[in-house]
Amino acid sequence: MTREFDVVVIGAGPAGMSAAIRLREQKLSVLVVDEQPAPGGQIWRAVEAVASTPTGELLGKEYRSGTELAAAFRTCGASYEPDTQVWQIEPEWNVHMSTKGRAEIVRAKQIVLGIGAQERPAPFPGWTLPGVLTVGAAQILLKTSRQVPADPVWVVGSGPLPLLYMAQLLRAGGKIAGWLDTSPAGSWRRALPWIFAVIADLGEIKKGLVWLHEIRAAGVKHVRHVAGVRAFGDGRLQELEYTQTNGKVVRTPASVLLSHEGVLPSIHMTQALGCAHSWSVQQVCLVPDLDEWGQTSKSGIYVAGDGAGIGGAKAACVRGELVAIGIAQRAGNLSWEAAVAKATPLRQELKRLLRLRPMLDALYPPRPSIFSPPDETVVCRCEELTAGEIRKAAAVGQPGPNQIKAFTRAGMGPCQGRQCGYTVAHIIAAVQNRTVAEVGFYRIRPPLKPLTLGELASLEQPS
Amino acid sequence: MFKKLPESGVSALTFYIDGKTVAAESGETVASVLMRQEIPSCRTTPVNGSPRAPYCMMGVCFDCLVVIDGVASTQSCLVAVREGMRVERQFGRRSVSQ
Repeated sequence: MTREFDVVVIGAGPAGMSAAIRLREQKLSVLVVDEQPAPGGQIWRAVEAVASTPTGELLGKEYRSGTELAAAFRTCGASYEPDTQVWQIEPEWNVHMSTKGRAEIVRAKQIVLGIGAQERPAPFPGWTLPGVLTVGAAQILLKTSRQVPADPVWVVGSGPLPLLYMAQLLRAGGKIAGWLDTSPAGSWRRALPWIFAVIADLGEIKKGLVWLHEIRAAGVKHVRHVAGVRAFGDGRLQELEYTQTNGKVVRTPASVLLSHEGVLPSIHMTQALGCAHSWSVQQVCLVPDLDEWGQTSKSGIYVAGDGAGIGGAKAACVRGELVAIGIAQRAGNLSWEAAVAKATPLRQELKRLLRLRPMLDALYPPRPSIFSPPDETVVCRCEELTAGEIRKAAAVGQPGPNQIKAFTRAGMGPCQGRQCGYTVAHIIAAVQNRTVAEVGFYRIRPPLKPLTLGELASLEQPS
Repeated sequence: MFKKLPESGVSALTFYIDGKTVAAESGETVASVLMRQEIPSCRTTPVNGSPRAPYCMMGVCFDCLVVIDGVASTQSCLVAVREGMRVERQFGRRSVSQ
């Protein structure tokens, strides 16, 4: 028998949990599925188990604040199925998913995609070596496993996350070999247009200053104006080399290097569904086009949270609530007037929460070298294609990403372009003198996650 | 590459990596445990045989693929350890018979 729900929510992070709670208030039947074993998304990974421990203490108040929402979510009456991967969504709407080796198709009248964000792929020579991870990965290891780098760690990149992680790592007793800061010079000048937002959001600014203070107080070596980095090693990271904007090159031993250049909305599901997207110049990525209720160009498909554009956890919660109200209105459980009345204060709140975002985008733009990596850099980690190979292919005729994919296999591996999509698009754009927005992205096809033939065979056809 | 912070009163379980007994805590992912083993890599790639280790820890890079209880190319960052679980590093290309 095919299970049916008014709403299937994909993702149990801040947005998905908030949406589910509000949808249940409107008496809609809700199934929430999530890849992870516990609710919280990436920001509140393992929050139920960890918040009350010493690790929860050092992760900070914002992390621990996730317990409240997780508790409300657990009791909201939504069916919650963790360890579940969605690998296909068919129109009107059949959600194909797998749990523990068994596949199922669930019917949904409407769908919330609370699929969040991923870290922006930041390729450099040697980034595939064991010992090179993202800053987010290291933070997840701290949250889920109370695990820190065994030896002093190098951190390269820019953005709030490296600052937060370095502060957390220091509180945990970890050691930092050096912070290779890639944020460009003149940050205050770039932040100036948002000075009023800064004054209004001093609390948020102070948070960042506290992290900076912790890092400085610990005497962490801070190398500014880093333009690029290379990693070397036989079987694992052993050395790294960084280049500063003044041309100075330094080579040093290293065992763990963490890299971060901001986060991006996860767009594989909305792309596969054929939803319309637009290029965000500020966040240098594609963002799904959404109406005032968070609905995509496909009616019945909604996006909440960082998948709708990067805004952080608090904004994700509000976006989740807004989407729920829109869905309840569309389902006929709320009148238009009632929906607008409920949405108005939430929209004001969202506006307030997103006020500082343009400043953060301006302060921490991704370093340019990740979009034009040296020829020898592996760009497609799965199929091991280098920037040089993509450049060569891009120069013959005027191929787009899908032709490049067919010619070279870039983007054809298990990650399906999650790591190389934007890099390949930037390389094509540079070679062909076009804009990245014009070049576009790979066509994304199901299955969105690899599945075994056994899982496929376990499917019952919808009745 | 990584080490655990000391904390008492945590439930322990054992499982196997390449036949070797490994201690872990319930709730940890297989990839987390792989990150504190002596051998840093968890697989070699099908194309060039280059060594790889977990990279993103959130299911988007597919570099943490290992064989878990006989199922090849499983994302080890999305699987919590279970008592008696059998994990094997995977080398090169998968074959259909596996």
